[in-house]
Amino acid sequence: MNQNVTTRSLNVDGREVPINGERNLLEVIRKAGIDLPTFCYHSDLSVYGACRLCLVEIEGRGIQGACSTPAEPGMKVRTQTAEIREIRQIAIELLLANHNQQCPTCPKNTACQLQDVARKLGIRKVRFKPLHEPEPLDETSVSLVRDPGKCVLCGDCVRFCAEIQGIGAIDFAFRGHDAAVLPAFGLGLGEGECVNCGQCAAVCPTGALSPRPEVDAVWQALHDPAKTVVAQVAPAVRVALGEIFGLPPGTVSSSQLVTALRRLGVAKVYDTAFSADLTVVEEAHEFLQRKASGQRLPQFTSCCPAWVKFAEQYFPDLLPNLSSCKSPQQMLGALCKAILPAELGIPRRDLVVVSIMPCTAKKFEAKRPEFARDGLPDVDHVLTTQELGRMIEEAGLRFADLEPGSFDLPLGFKTGAGIIFGNSGGVSEAVLRCAVEKLTGQSLANPDFYQVRGEAGVRFADLSVHDTRLRLAVVHGLKNARILAEKVRRGEHALDLIEVMACPGGCVGGAGQPVSRGAAARQSRARGLYDADKHLELHKSQENPFVTGCYQRHLGEVGGHEAHQLLHTRYENRRSPAPSEPPAHGTL
Amino acid sequence: MTHTPKPDCAGRRLTKIRDILDRHGRRASRLVPILQAVQEEYRYLPREVLTEVAAALEVSPARVFGVATFYSHFAIEPKGKHLVKLCDGTACHVKDSIPILEAIRRRLGLKAGQRTTSDRLFTVETVACLGACGLAPVVVVDDQVHGQMTPESAVQLIEDVLAREVAP
Amino acid sequence: MRAERTPAPSPGAPAARRVVVCAGTGCVAGGAYDVFQAFAAQIRAAGLSVVTEFRPEPNGHDVRLNPSGCQGFCQMGPLVTLLPEGVLYTRVKVADVAEIVSRTLLKGEWVERLLYVDPATRRRCRGPEQIPFYQRQQRYVLRECGLLDPGSIQEYVHHGGYAAARKAFRELTPEQICQEIVRSGLRGRGGGGFPTGRKWEAARTQASPKKYVICNADEGDPGAFMNRSVMEGNPHSVLEGLMIAARAIGADETLIYVRAEYPLAVQRMRQAVADAEAAGFLGSNVFDSGLALRCEVMEGAGAFVCGEETAMIASIEGQRGMPRPKPPFPAQSGLWGRPTVINNVETLVHVVRVIREGAENFRKLGTPASPGTKTFALTGHVVNTGLVEVPFGATLREVVFDIGGGVTDRRGKASRDGFKAVQIGGPSGGCLTREHLDLPLDYDSLRSAGAMVGSGGLVVMNQHTCMVSIARFFMDFTQRESCGKCVLCREGTRQMLAMLDDIMEGRANGETLALLEKLARAVQKGSLCGLGKTAPNPVLSTLRYFRAEYDAHVFHQHCPTGQCKALAKPAIDPVKCKGCTACARKCPVGAIRGEKKQPHQIDPAKCIKCGVCAEVCKFEAVVGV
Repeated sequence: MNQNVTTRSLNVDGREVPINGERNLLEVIRKAGIDLPTFCYHSDLSVYGACRLCLVEIEGRGIQGACSTPAEPGMKVRTQTAEIREIRQIAIELLLANHNQQCPTCPKNTACQLQDVARKLGIRKVRFKPLHEPEPLDETSVSLVRDPGKCVLCGDCVRFCAEIQGIGAIDFAFRGHDAAVLPAFGLGLGEGECVNCGQCAAVCPTGALSPRPEVDAVWQALHDPAKTVVAQVAPAVRVALGEIFGLPPGTVSSSQLVTALRRLGVAKVYDTAFSADLTVVEEAHEFLQRKASGQRLPQFTSCCPAWVKFAEQYFPDLLPNLSSCKSPQQMLGALCKAILPAELGIPRRDLVVVSIMPCTAKKFEAKRPEFARDGLPDVDHVLTTQELGRMIEEAGLRFADLEPGSFDLPLGFKTGAGIIFGNSGGVSEAVLRCAVEKLTGQSLANPDFYQVRGEAGVRFADLSVHDTRLRLAVVHGLKNARILAEKVRRGEHALDLIEVMACPGGCVGGAGQPVSRGAAARQSRARGLYDADKHLELHKSQENPFVTGCYQRHLGEVGGHEAHQLLHTRYENRRSPAPSEPPAHGTL
Repeated sequence: MTHTPKPDCAGRRLTKIRDILDRHGRRASRLVPILQAVQEEYRYLPREVLTEVAAALEVSPARVFGVATFYSHFAIEPKGKHLVKLCDGTACHVKDSIPILEAIRRRLGLKAGQRTTSDRLFTVETVACLGACGLAPVVVVDDQVHGQMTPESAVQLIEDVLAREVAP
Repeated sequence: MRAERTPAPSPGAPAARRVVVCAGTGCVAGGAYDVFQAFAAQIRAAGLSVVTEFRPEPNGHDVRLNPSGCQGFCQMGPLVTLLPEGVLYTRVKVADVAEIVSRTLLKGEWVERLLYVDPATRRRCRGPEQIPFYQRQQRYVLRECGLLDPGSIQEYVHHGGYAAARKAFRELTPEQICQEIVRSGLRGRGGGGFPTGRKWEAARTQASPKKYVICNADEGDPGAFMNRSVMEGNPHSVLEGLMIAARAIGADETLIYVRAEYPLAVQRMRQAVADAEAAGFLGSNVFDSGLALRCEVMEGAGAFVCGEETAMIASIEGQRGMPRPKPPFPAQSGLWGRPTVINNVETLVHVVRVIREGAENFRKLGTPASPGTKTFALTGHVVNTGLVEVPFGATLREVVFDIGGGVTDRRGKASRDGFKAVQIGGPSGGCLTREHLDLPLDYDSLRSAGAMVGSGGLVVMNQHTCMVSIARFFMDFTQRESCGKCVLCREGTRQMLAMLDDIMEGRANGETLALLEKLARAVQKGSLCGLGKTAPNPVLSTLRYFRAEYDAHVFHQHCPTGQCKALAKPAIDPVKCKGCTACARKCPVGAIRGEKKQPHQIDPAKCIKCGVCAEVCKFEAVVGV
């Protein structure tokens, strides 16, 4: 008899391990300190059971997948037997036999789970022959590259896109050996419903999906003596870049980051948090106007380009409700292109604006035609956090040893409100810090609005400011956004402001960030941003003196004509028009 | 610039699609029977129609494509006018169905991997089992079951169809 | 029990005359519909009136003419049975009909040339009771298939149909039904042989306001057609079993998932459901019990894997038919997350009998651990191909030799020593050899021999069959039908196929064989679903019983049966060759030379290994191809 049944534990490799509400046996085993390999297990997604790596032997039940087996008290589990080892090795060899094994040139090199598991299992030779026809890269998307020759069909991308983002831009197609992950009709990723959030690439264990690199183009600009390269750095980048260089997630490394960019040859290093402050001022103004008129409410935020494309595709009727403010990236790009040529004394065509973003959708956003003037885009290139890390590595810079540097003025000065834009809830909080003061006419003593912070996929806040009631919703994950937007469409939810971020946790969890599994890293990054807000002197965008200065020198009134020209945009209905009934020709 | 006419689906039968969708209550769970009905109508699943089905059922086109390519009865390419199905179930196989297939394909000049003749007159498929094992080997031409075939008699079936095509 | 072997209880008044034309797929392909029409015309021409619909009290002057489902003896179709004489005519053509009407129907004489001749005794057999193929069977599931008009619910009811369902709904509690099924020891006829009663009990005890029962009629195993025949021949028996299952677990919705290759079965099942609804057997108040029950017939779309329970559920829900890990089992969380029982067609037909006649009666046939009868689709190199039903525990010898009439050779003639193997259970099953001829056919002994009952496909193979090529045939099938979800099945089956190709084409070595076996074991142990777990069985079982044949391919580059063309080395045995020149004349590439009446030779440089020479040689002098 097992004496431990009453204490709810099970036996893993001879050791008793307590069960505390874990979803499945795999989580119990991992909690016991044994890292069973998996490709297709992802704690945020449904259980799939396809990679067959987490197999264990359960007494009386034989070999079972740990991910799909509920943990039961009294189970006797073995994670290592000769048979299991053989099956795992064969599974990896089967994948490797048809895998495009050009590892050194793969974007996932050294961060690839297939590589990692093969190494851990001691695979020295692949005993099977390659049987797949090589397939070309899909480079139709400006944000992502798909390499079918590296896909292990774990389906993490498919499930993320469907279950978390509620899109299903990619799915399994065909079957058996021909099975593949494909966009609809086998078209390119850039030709369908993909909103470029890149979370498929973030969860991809191999290099089958990866952000589309722009490193070469940026080097080219940096090496071109005729060009002046300026950079902007998004808030979420500074709390994640260090991870590439061994710093713990959440460490704020702005000072090394700025120096690194200068050493790479960037002339001016600006902060996207500055234009976030600008966004707050514009967006709060727009919001209060709508609130006063009662029109086009709730107002949806528009900083997240994946959400914007999502809304254009599925909620064209709600587009008037989107804030017309450009995203901070595009505001800063537009400002740079508008004012820097004169200030730096260079032709506009020789000014190159590079953004460093935690995001793959920003690459798409920068290429939207409305964000270009005279054929010159406001933002020329978008690098992800990962790509900047690689450039720093390529330049041979020892990141930790870099002397501290600070952002250039005026476009590098920010308040804490701009910084917290990188977190889900940050935009709402920053707008509240502005709007509440505007409504009350008094300075806000405590700028923190804890109601909108947190991890829950949908959060609501209901505030009364004098006689004005402000009802806010904060969502991350586009499936959550879809559910909420449908309620709004049906008039089921009376709300004033809705913040939408496509990625879990907001930009800190963006797909351009260093690869991490699970939520722990992005939670640390979020804490890093809130701490950075604490450490700054100013916490309200409207108090940013350079924002005020910018209005005085370049933009005129808040929400005025010049500001509209430079800082606001419009949206496009991307819903494919319903086919109309053509006239019948002849007889059927 | 020449205008390429779309396959016979450009919309003239859109009402039929709407009928099919309505008949199944526009429920995503009815996707398989809906696709069966669409294929009945068009003899294959044209991309435009799949897009329409996806929109009506509020599922992603990628998922509809995934379902359409999973089941062997669905064709995403147009099929030939005459459908020749060779049974390669176990009973037919042990009674030498493959030489029959080879003979038919040779007669129709099909290259490796090609299932439909370039004039779209014939599509040749193998099926796992028609459940007519007592008659093995079996060839089905346009839903007509022919049992105890040989390569010669199977080619004769093709010749018969061709003769009817020439002199209707 | 002897009485059970006659085709059916005699319907209605003694003088009732009746012509039953088999309209199973085999007979239809042979022209059964034309034969049916010819009968209608000829009987009328003879001045008798033809009645095609069922009448409970037939008039002695009318002739009832009805199509039936498959009578099993497909080899000899089209089949025509005349009652009450019980005479069975085989291979009936339209031209024979006038004679049958004028002699048998009008004068009571037999048309001798249309009677089946037992090849062993050369005796003409008047009816099934004299034909060895039928004589040795115990037809329960198939009993009424060959007699009833499948389109007539009245006739089914007249024969006691729906009494069991009525009893289940009006007299029995769900517990009692489950207990009776548990007592019967009935095991699922679709493959694994899981006890049906336990499955039901697991679903019955789930507290859920909504439950489902699905009839698995996705008979995808190539070489099996017993479910098809039952649905086409006696659709109401399937529906009745399904209703009992629904009552037993407390479901109010049922679904029949039929393989798309079976359009006639789909049509018959739909008709049966519509007729049962019209009769009040289905609907909002089943048999006035106050209980509701609906039934829907859904067509598959061509995916073998959908025979797997969770894949079938996914398919019904409008998804790709990809299995998901178990647990949870469908009995806990199945269709739309509700408790769901999935039973095979044949299982459900047995359920009717258990409820109608009691568990004890059911257990009288078969073995204690595998009670009841099982249908098998007997095909391949066997004299009598068709559908057979025997009690579990019957031996392979009885099925292949007594019922099947023995093995045929390359030319289709009976061959005394031709037996090589039987493949049973389809792509999930394995091979049985001469040493298993006296093995009782039941779930457990087959499993211990590395095979399985599966759905009951039984393919007989003669000495000319290459077992490596048979393993390849099944592997080709499973790798095409793999859903592509789990690594081991998707990639493993494809690699096994490639290795088998290497073996058959002379590229393999000892390492290939060792790796093939290791891979097969890994796929068997580690795959996600039943399809993957059983996919290696044909390889493992041929490796186990025909290792020497693999070794010959690998180590001697030689296919002992000459079937593997890449390894074929056609040669003419100079002792047997009479120099008749037949081969030289037929050779398409002129590779055979030799003087008349002298032994001929094959030029290996020219030879394309087409095998025509071997086919035309009357002296079996051509070897190695």
